[in-house]
Order: sequence, then C-alpha cells, then structure tokens
Amino acid sequence: MTEIIVVTSGKGGVGKTTTSASLACGLARRGHRVAVIDFDIGLRNLDLVMGCERRVVYDFVNVLQGECTLKQALIKDKRIETLFVLAASQTRDKDALSQEGVRRLLDEMSADGFEYIICDSPAGIEKGAHLAMYFADRAIVVVNPEVSSVRDSDRILGLLASKTHRAEQDDSTAIKEHLLLTRYSPRRVATGEMMSVADVKEILGIDVIGVVPESPDVLAASNAGTPIILNADSDVARAYEDAVSRLLGDTLPMRFVDQPKKGILARLFGT
Amino acid sequence: MGLLALFRRTSSTASVAKERLRIIVAQERTTRGGPDYLPLLRRELLEVIRKYVNVDPDAIQIHLENEDGHEVLELSVALPEKAKS
Repeated sequence: MTEIIVVTSGKGGVGKTTTSASLACGLARRGHRVAVIDFDIGLRNLDLVMGCERRVVYDFVNVLQGECTLKQALIKDKRIETLFVLAASQTRDKDALSQEGVRRLLDEMSADGFEYIICDSPAGIEKGAHLAMYFADRAIVVVNPEVSSVRDSDRILGLLASKTHRAEQDDSTAIKEHLLLTRYSPRRVATGEMMSVADVKEILGIDVIGVVPESPDVLAASNAGTPIILNADSDVARAYEDAVSRLLGDTLPMRFVDQPKKGILARLFGT
Repeated sequence: MGLLALFRRTSSTASVAKERLRIIVAQERTTRGGPDYLPLLRRELLEVIRKYVNVDPDAIQIHLENEDGHEVLELSVALPEKAKS
C-alpha cells in the first residue's frame, strides 16, 4: 500500500522543501521505501537540499515524456538505502505536467513498491501546486506563525477540500490534513510577539503534526546538502523525528514549544 | 528584554495578528467552495453600491447555501447609519 503525502503551504519560503527532505529521510531511516518528488517545475531545489544535485541526469518531465524510464530518473540516496529522489525539470515549460501523466507516474511508483511518496509542492496555487496535491492521501501544510503564511494556508486547505481527486470522488474519504509549524520561537511567543501553536491551530482548525523551532541549523544543513533531520545534535532534527513518529501513528507530547525556564535574575536583567 | 518587558506584555502584536486573521479567514471561507466568480461578483456589486452609498468594503456578505437540493445565493449589505447620498 502506497501513501501519497503532499507537503504544501501556498506561501513561499516557509520550509516546504526542508520539510519534504526531512520527512522523507525520517521515514526511509525507519526502513520504509520512500520517494520524494520535486513538483517545482522550472525551479528545481529539492536536489540541493538533499545533496544530490550533481547526480541528476533525468528528471520528472523526462519520465512523463517517455524519454527515460522511472528507474533511470530516480536518484538513490547515498546515505539511506530505501530513499529515492525525483528531481524537477529545470528548463521545460509548466505545460509538460499533466494530470494524466502524474497519475501514470504515481501508479508506476506504487506498483514498484514505494510505501511513501512525498510530493514537494511549489509555492502558489498554480498548476504545479495543484498537481502536487491532486492525488494526495495526506497533506502536510507547512505554516509559519505569521499572518500571510496563515492566511495562505487557509486558502490551500480550501483547495485540498475541493480541487483534489479525493474531494471529487463521492465514495472516497477526505485527505488527512495536518499543520506543521516551522520557524517557531517560544521566546517570542512568550513575549507576545509571535502567535502561538494554539493560536494558529484555532484559526485554521486542523491538528498539528509538528512544531519546528527557529534555528540556524536549518541554513547550515541546506548549505551542506544534508537534510536537517540527519543532524542528531539539533532540536530541529528532534522535532522532525517527532513529526515522523506522529505520521506513523504515534502520540507524542509536543516538544520545543515552551520557553526554557529562567531564574528570577535572568528574567529581570536577562537578554 | 528585561525589567521593562514585564510592563510591556499588555500590547501584544500576536493577539492583533490573531484577531485580524480570525476575521479575514472567516470572510474568505464564506466564498470557499463556491463558484470562482463569487469574489468578483462581490467586488463589482460593491463598486455599484458605492456609486450611491459610501459603504465599507466589509459591508457586503455573500453566502451560497445548499438547501434541499437547490442553491441559494444570499446577499446582505449593511448600510452606514448616515448614508451620504
């Protein structure tokens, strides 16, 4: 059984690709066969975050147009046996993607034994974003605790509920939707400068699968081409590991949402 | 942060953000799932009404409801208390 998971957000720069890469690694590290697909046609980036940019020979559009086989286009991760990357096309126009083509590709991957297919959506609500979410069984909406990101997320939730395969079939169950908050700063939430997890959850009305703290580790990881979840010393990695566990059905308390306790002196005179 | 922050807590920008989002998200959800022309319809109606009455952009509410198999488009316009003619 294959589960198709779209990582989406509406707004750009909130951490979709970082999240896609980390969730894919996390699932694969637990022994699942995972493929992660970059749907951002024209603006390939997942390969850089995954650190396989120099091994891209064929891409998504090559497979759809029959210029190579799926096997040739899937890039096998060097760190995790069961993880594969399908890069976005760099040069072709967006019309190269069609609903029928994407369906055939996903069916072939499913027949090939992939347990999870992570679709890294482009920003916006255009064709690439639409196709990334269309066949999804589950959606992870990446959101920053910030007004424009939250509003765009609500727009995406509306599209998930109306413009997807599951929404269009009368007999199928709805897409499972989750929020994943990134760039969360417990300190700024405590001082009232940033909306809390509870605030965002209340506005959008769906459950939270993970809260990833703001951290310089994320930039360091993308600089190196190592998905952040592989940095065992980082709280960001721990937060993504928790999200992976929840994806797999575990119930865990949310970590990294409260400010570390300070002594009274630090509170009065602290930074 | 420091001593002063203890007194600053009352004016939280996060609560302003939450309140603004609550309103705009609720408004945008009323047209969600309806035909794509609803937002445009709303905007054009607003323009027409504004030729005669100076109403607020939030003064027009459009609801599309499904009642017993037929759709009802409900428009409500809140006129200002002292309408300028």
